[in-house]
Amino acid sequence: MSASLSIQNRLRLGQGALLRGLLLLGLAALALLPVLNRLPPDSALYVSDFVVSVSGKWVCYAILALAIDLAWGYAGILSLGHGAFFALGGYAIGMHLMRLIGPRGVYGHPVLPDFMVFLGWTELPWYWQGFQFFPFALLMALVVPGLLAGVVGYLAFRSRITGVYLSIITQAMTYALMLAFFRNDMGFGGNNGFTDFKELLGMPLNTPGARAALFYAALVALGGSLLLCRHITRSKLGRVLLAVRDAESRVRFLGYDTTRVKLSVFVLSAMLAGLAGALYVPLIGIINPGEFSPGNSIEAVVWVAVGGRGTLAGALVGAFSVNAIKTWLTSFAPDLWLFVLGGLFVAVTLFLPRGLVGLLQKGDGR
Amino acid sequence: MLRVLLVLLVLAVPARAQDAFTTALAGLSGNFTAQAEAVERLGALGDPRALPILQALGEGRLLKRADGVLLLRQGEALREALSGGASTEAGEVLRINNRVRGALRGAFGRLQLLSPVEAERLAAADGLFRSRSAENVAMLEDALGREASARVRPVMELALAASRLAAGEDSAKRQGIILLGGSSSPEARAVLLEARAANAGLAAEIDQAVAAIDRRLQLKRAAETAFQGLSLGSILLLAALGLAVTFGVMGVINMAHGEMVMLGAYTTVVVQEALRGIPALAPLSLPLSVPAAFLVTAAVGVALERGLIRHLYGRPLETLLMTFGVGMILQQSVRLIFGAQNREVVSPAWMQGTLQLPGGIEVTQNRLWIIFFSLVVLGLTVAAIRFTRFGLEMRAVVQNRRIAATMGIRTGRVDAMTFAFGSGIAGIAGVAVSQIDNVSPNLGTGYIIDSFMVVVFGGVGSLAGTMIGALTLGIVNKMLEPWAGAVLAKIAVLVGIMLFIQRRPKGLFALKGRAAEQ
Amino acid sequence: MTQRLIVSRRALLAGAAGALAMPAIRPAFAQGAPIKVGVLHSLSGTMAISETALRDTVLMMVEDINSKGGLLGRKVEAVVVDPASNWPLFAEKARELLQVHKVDVTFGCWTSVSRKSVLPVYEELNGLLFYPVQYEGEEQSKNVFYTGAAPNQQAIPAVEYLMSDDGGKARRIALLGTDYVYPRTTNRILRAYLNSKGIADADILEEYTPFGHSDWQGIVSRVKRFAGEGKKTAIVSTINGDANVPFYRELGNQGIKAEDIPSVAFSVGEEELAGIDTKPLVGHLAAWNYFMSVDSPVNTEFKKMWASYIKNPKRVTNDPMEATYTGFKMWSQAVTKAGTTAVDAVRQAMYGQQVAAPSGYTEQMFENHHLSKPVMLGEIMENGQFNIVYKTPTAIPAENWSPYIPENANRRKG
Repeated sequence: MSASLSIQNRLRLGQGALLRGLLLLGLAALALLPVLNRLPPDSALYVSDFVVSVSGKWVCYAILALAIDLAWGYAGILSLGHGAFFALGGYAIGMHLMRLIGPRGVYGHPVLPDFMVFLGWTELPWYWQGFQFFPFALLMALVVPGLLAGVVGYLAFRSRITGVYLSIITQAMTYALMLAFFRNDMGFGGNNGFTDFKELLGMPLNTPGARAALFYAALVALGGSLLLCRHITRSKLGRVLLAVRDAESRVRFLGYDTTRVKLSVFVLSAMLAGLAGALYVPLIGIINPGEFSPGNSIEAVVWVAVGGRGTLAGALVGAFSVNAIKTWLTSFAPDLWLFVLGGLFVAVTLFLPRGLVGLLQKGDGR
Repeated sequence: MLRVLLVLLVLAVPARAQDAFTTALAGLSGNFTAQAEAVERLGALGDPRALPILQALGEGRLLKRADGVLLLRQGEALREALSGGASTEAGEVLRINNRVRGALRGAFGRLQLLSPVEAERLAAADGLFRSRSAENVAMLEDALGREASARVRPVMELALAASRLAAGEDSAKRQGIILLGGSSSPEARAVLLEARAANAGLAAEIDQAVAAIDRRLQLKRAAETAFQGLSLGSILLLAALGLAVTFGVMGVINMAHGEMVMLGAYTTVVVQEALRGIPALAPLSLPLSVPAAFLVTAAVGVALERGLIRHLYGRPLETLLMTFGVGMILQQSVRLIFGAQNREVVSPAWMQGTLQLPGGIEVTQNRLWIIFFSLVVLGLTVAAIRFTRFGLEMRAVVQNRRIAATMGIRTGRVDAMTFAFGSGIAGIAGVAVSQIDNVSPNLGTGYIIDSFMVVVFGGVGSLAGTMIGALTLGIVNKMLEPWAGAVLAKIAVLVGIMLFIQRRPKGLFALKGRAAEQ
Repeated sequence: MTQRLIVSRRALLAGAAGALAMPAIRPAFAQGAPIKVGVLHSLSGTMAISETALRDTVLMMVEDINSKGGLLGRKVEAVVVDPASNWPLFAEKARELLQVHKVDVTFGCWTSVSRKSVLPVYEELNGLLFYPVQYEGEEQSKNVFYTGAAPNQQAIPAVEYLMSDDGGKARRIALLGTDYVYPRTTNRILRAYLNSKGIADADILEEYTPFGHSDWQGIVSRVKRFAGEGKKTAIVSTINGDANVPFYRELGNQGIKAEDIPSVAFSVGEEELAGIDTKPLVGHLAAWNYFMSVDSPVNTEFKKMWASYIKNPKRVTNDPMEATYTGFKMWSQAVTKAGTTAVDAVRQAMYGQQVAAPSGYTEQMFENHHLSKPVMLGEIMENGQFNIVYKTPTAIPAENWSPYIPENANRRKG
């Protein structure tokens, strides 16, 4: 990493007025979607349920992208395992949603989820206790990813595993978790995961109203995350992070405990990813081990790269644009979308090292 | 004229045997139960005329004409099974099932036990061992008296022992038990256990014999587990070797590495299909695929390096993301060109079946070849790096690019060649993988993470480390598997590597010096 | 229920907005607007290997029906999307098909998890899904018609055959499967069934492997050892499509012959065998409701249609394709009978609908949304086709709620 990048970054923080304006406009437009959904279907401005639920998904992905950007763009920690934190957050809420089904399951068992009943389980495993309470589940959605990130990060950063090695280790982590969650004996529903959710906080799911509420919850969380990340990146910690990213040993020689700095940002990033997952699952209606697949994590990193890492706006732009392209192409050109998406990844890394956001910014920074 | 005579002869001579042989034959066109009984009866009759008919039945060449006459098909020609006369009218192929196939094996055993061909006698003895009937004792004793082949004798002895076990008198049974107890074959063990239920009086002797076999089997099992581990390790080694070059030596993270392996496997398919029409070359398609796969993937590697990766040197993380995109494109291209379905790769005969090692240890031929092959590829890779001009230049560029350039080495060319070399090895791995795994567009995704793990575990930049890393992981995995199951074993290995790397971040064999830093 | 709520709220809003907001009511589909058929099969990712053939089958059926003048005098149009073997994406694409493309019916899904993922969407929006793959049962939705087999239409007859005289009188069974819900449930049902036939738990080996498992050395040796206890042993395989190739290779290479240890598979069809050299596998079995080698006029027609559509003589037909064919025929009959594509009317018309299927039997849709199907066992032949060694005399109705799962007694009805 060259030192010029960090200067660019400081410039960028000052230059982002246009970008910030566009961003706010975009978020405001998003906020309107559920309202437009209530218009009569033949109105020109009407948006379908599909658009609301898809953009809700994108909002969750944007939070995940922010989390990755915080770790990668600002602290230089490229994790290829953020999908795991996202999935763990999702599983935590998923467990809550499963508990809420209660006797409404197919087999009418008062406590056990359906998949446990028909596999012949008789008792709820201990780690399912407590998830009947929403606050506990929400807490776990943050704590479990945070804890995992803490352990993995501590071990890695302590031994000064950086760069590519860290990427490979985090990739192995999510791969191992995927294999583990695929096992039916783990008690997480195996390959099918959790589905058939009924309600959340007394609100029946699978209604436009519930979707709008979840959508707003995700949007608020995105706004909150954005503010939090902005606060961090502008604080002294943010500057230290940039310094760590660009020249870790020098920062260490200056007396900073770089392990602690990196660890704290990694844990925070994992918790944000967990939050994104927790919002995603009730909106989508399913969580299963496929979310742990290494490809998913890489894809999420690519969103950030496409949007432009090292800028918070870039993470959002990337998450929204790549997913919009994907949603459109998987219907429009089902045989060719992988070419377009793959080509986009190649083109962006080659020609737009600063991502799409880099196009909007003044000066080329060189 | 002659034929008419022959027909008359055939019709006239067996008038006496009409009853047994022909009635039995009629059963062949019945249902599976009737077929199996007919086959058994024909075997018991010992009439040599039965042999070609039963062989035709086993190979799906026996037909029933509308008037009930059985026909044999030889190539295009059809003739009547009994009379030998040609038939112009075809019939319906008689289908058999496993039960009939098992009965056929026993019948062949009786009919071919005295065959002049060694392989047929061997198969016959094996068939009699599996069908084990007291009726065969005298026959086997007779055959054993004449048998000279050291390959056939032990099988005949086992068959005799198993047949004696099915006999009436206890003394014969005891002889059988002792003989079976002296072998180290799991089948003999199964025969003993089967007999145990029927012979309560001999339980003690049988238990003793089984225990003796078990002791020998234990060693055999340990050896087989080690072999399985070695085999898994050799595949990991092949898959990781190319990565050890591109990642280990050049520091390029190629997420499309798995796709290179996949391209190698598809090259094998293409070569095989291209050579199918050329009888002289068709059996060599697999060996010929090796250089072909190397060239194809090396060419893709050069294009990738010169066209894309070269622009990203010094930015390994971007390279990672870009090659991920390349991998997606390669995968979808193959899917569109070859279809999403699996493609068939035929294994040559010399790679099929098992090989018996001393001590009854059985190893599968294809895996044995792959272990051997992986070591050859490793040797060649080391040799290429150690002893060739290209290897020298490559090491020079890795150690100090600028000085190498000032010495007149065209570093760009060396980069391209190194990447091509690594990709080519991945392609060769694809040839080997095509022999044990699916050849489908997704083939590569299953190998990429394991390959990275091997390289990182072994020590980036060290080929010896890659080899030891791969074999260790393979063997540890296979040792854990019986205890923990396949999934947990794999998870345990992954977690183990993660913990190991944080103790020794540079892997088993850490490179020293500047190249190791970066 | 929910659906009605939305409609009424929308109606209210519309009323409030008045005529101002609706200057020109977009005409509802005029007579002659195409009937839309959604195709929800993965065209990329791990499931593409199996699902692309089903997409082709639906497209073939659409082409066929259009060449015969369409349906209700309207053209039929396929809407193909790629859910990319990604389960949440299945749900998203299902919603897109229903709400954006407004499809009248969907043919789709292969894995159980993809079906479970889209199920809430079809129920919420009252769509219609035809699911063509054999599965574990324990499900019944008014918005799904299941045209593949339930466990009693595949697994139990197969094991019955293995234990019969013809099948080799197996008394020891190795249940090998991929670790997901279909094998787990099927094996649970089979274990209960085997126990009821006097086979003790000690004579049952149950082993699970992950998806795409490629190293079968250990498990095949374990099966060999399990078989070496002096009782006739058979393998019942619920191994998922992709992992079968290396499994069979290992079986062949370790010299396990079908005469000694026969294996019967529930997920191996003609398409899977196209990727393997079948010579060492001759005699191993598969249980399905259709084989390409079935000798029936409808099948001849079906194979001819497929060959001329796909234009590749190597491409085979298989059971899920047949189930897609049968489902499509049945749907078009039901639409004709109902005179509309409206979901509720088509659903009613589906019940009791009969189709002469390529399997050579007349298959009927029951009110449990499952099809009656014949059960067939085929032995693998050298040419990669199946030699049918057993057929049930009639098509068997599905028991999607297995009597061998005791919890089904407490099941909530309706």
